Amino acid sequence: MTDIATYNFAYLDEQTKRMIRRAILKGIAIPGYQVPFASREMPMPYGWGTGGVQVTASIIGPDDVLKVIDQGADDTTNAVSIRAFFKKVANVAVTTDTASATIIQTRHRIPEHPLTAGQVLVYQVPIPEPLRFLEPRETETRKMHALEEYGLMHVKLYEDIAKHGRIATTYAYPVKVEGRYVMDPSPTPKFDNPKMHRSPALQLFGAGREKRIYAVPPFTDVVSLDFEDHPFEVQTFDQPCALCAAENVYLDEVILDDHGGHMFVCSDTDHCEKRREEGHRGHLAPEIHLASEKMEPAQ
Amino acid sequence: MTDEPLLRVSALSKFYGSRVGCDNVSFDLWPGEVLAVVGESGSGKTTLLNCLSTRMLPSSGTASYRMRDGQFRELYRMSEAERRFLMRTDWGFVHQNPADGLRMTVSAGANVGERLMAVGDRHYGKIRATAVDWLSRVEIEQDRIDDEPRAFSGGMRQRLQIARNLVTGPRLVFMDEPTGGLDVSVQARLLDLLRGLVTDLGLAAIVVTHDLAVARLLSQRMMVMKDGRVVESGLTDRVLDDPRAPYTQLLVSSILQV
Repeated sequence: MTDIATYNFAYLDEQTKRMIRRAILKGIAIPGYQVPFASREMPMPYGWGTGGVQVTASIIGPDDVLKVIDQGADDTTNAVSIRAFFKKVANVAVTTDTASATIIQTRHRIPEHPLTAGQVLVYQVPIPEPLRFLEPRETETRKMHALEEYGLMHVKLYEDIAKHGRIATTYAYPVKVEGRYVMDPSPTPKFDNPKMHRSPALQLFGAGREKRIYAVPPFTDVVSLDFEDHPFEVQTFDQPCALCAAENVYLDEVILDDHGGHMFVCSDTDHCEKRREEGHRGHLAPEIHLASEKMEPAQ
Repeated sequence: MTDEPLLRVSALSKFYGSRVGCDNVSFDLWPGEVLAVVGESGSGKTTLLNCLSTRMLPSSGTASYRMRDGQFRELYRMSEAERRFLMRTDWGFVHQNPADGLRMTVSAGANVGERLMAVGDRHYGKIRATAVDWLSRVEIEQDRIDDEPRAFSGGMRQRLQIARNLVTGPRLVFMDEPTGGLDVSVQARLLDLLRGLVTDLGLAAIVVTHDLAVARLLSQRMMVMKDGRVVESGLTDRVLDDPRAPYTQLLVSSILQV
């Protein structure tokens, strides 16, 4: 990496980072409130995590250890590219190990391994406005947030029950933060919603195209909306992970052939690999031992 | 309680630049009373209604509303949060075009239930039961509860809009041409329904209409507007049977006879 000098540390210029940090601080001060910020063009298309990348770039320091996941996986295109990006422009250590990361940028999952104080979880957010598809006018939704008029959010849940007999929203499930703002937790499965509640880690949300940043400080109440007679429930799976036999984790369905063969495996690849290293075996686990990717040293 | 008006309007004016929307309108509205505002288009009826319902702020004048605790509050001095709360609890607004007053992409049941959820009702079963009850009161079949209003006829949409407004038991309802654009038989049924509901619930209402027949059927009192000013007001029967102002005489004599 000899061309590091051609970039400012972590790609963004210092003024931009200060502007984003101010938005982050405001977001932390008002949990769940969407703070507008002057989102920059990033060397990636909108929808690929421009918001999350800008937040990460603004908070990352030379001593940080970065982990990036995409739908729980460390080895998908988006995760690999963003990890490589920060390795190049910030020269930081990167890892796939949840416990040793200080900053975890995520698209649509919260790691299974419990987060600890001092860790920062950065979410990539496509649509920050939970009321967007119920009320298309942004002027109106801002007013509704300001005046705490959230009846409409329950209309969506009502519609779910009327159509499906239960609350069928499975991701981007609306939450109320610290008893005040209704927030879109980004399209994480609702399975992860309980992990946000009073999490010791700082949670930051960046929406690049929509130019909004919001935050959930550590140990903040995050309550999923529901009805008294239809309480919030997370997804359950009737079988354990096919590779590591983990239960009570979020599973992805993987199609194996053209004849209907499929298996359910952990969506959190790091968690799954760790368990297999510990000797847990699912019913479809290969016989050979998988060598997991170790922490990559800084260069 | 009824020895005090529900709404006191004094010298209300709205100007659009140098043009007059409505000029120096004053009246009292009493609980359970239906007031019709009639006049040709452009006479300032809708401007007046929008100012009264605080959807628009007047240029000058005051309007005070007697809250449920018996205290009069000046509408234009209330905070926006209070005004909006009033609008979704103690007031209703029936638009001429039901699409303006309904959420066209959510089911009829949710349209009726929205106000209940907005005031903090969090029990699905109870919300649904109330919605079923209100749909039957406005003569919509129970099995249409999960249909979107897009699939409803004009008359059904208007009845659904009325149910949606009345579900929180408001004391004052604003109606802007509630029967506009409906054919006569549907209009007749809707008027019948409205008359029944207004009497049963003891609603006060301000109905803006250009249709004198609607005014005669629904209202006890009426105001005739022309060029933003009230040219005549009084009991509906008196105004229609014995119009005094030349303009009212013209209006009454312009009714088509079948």
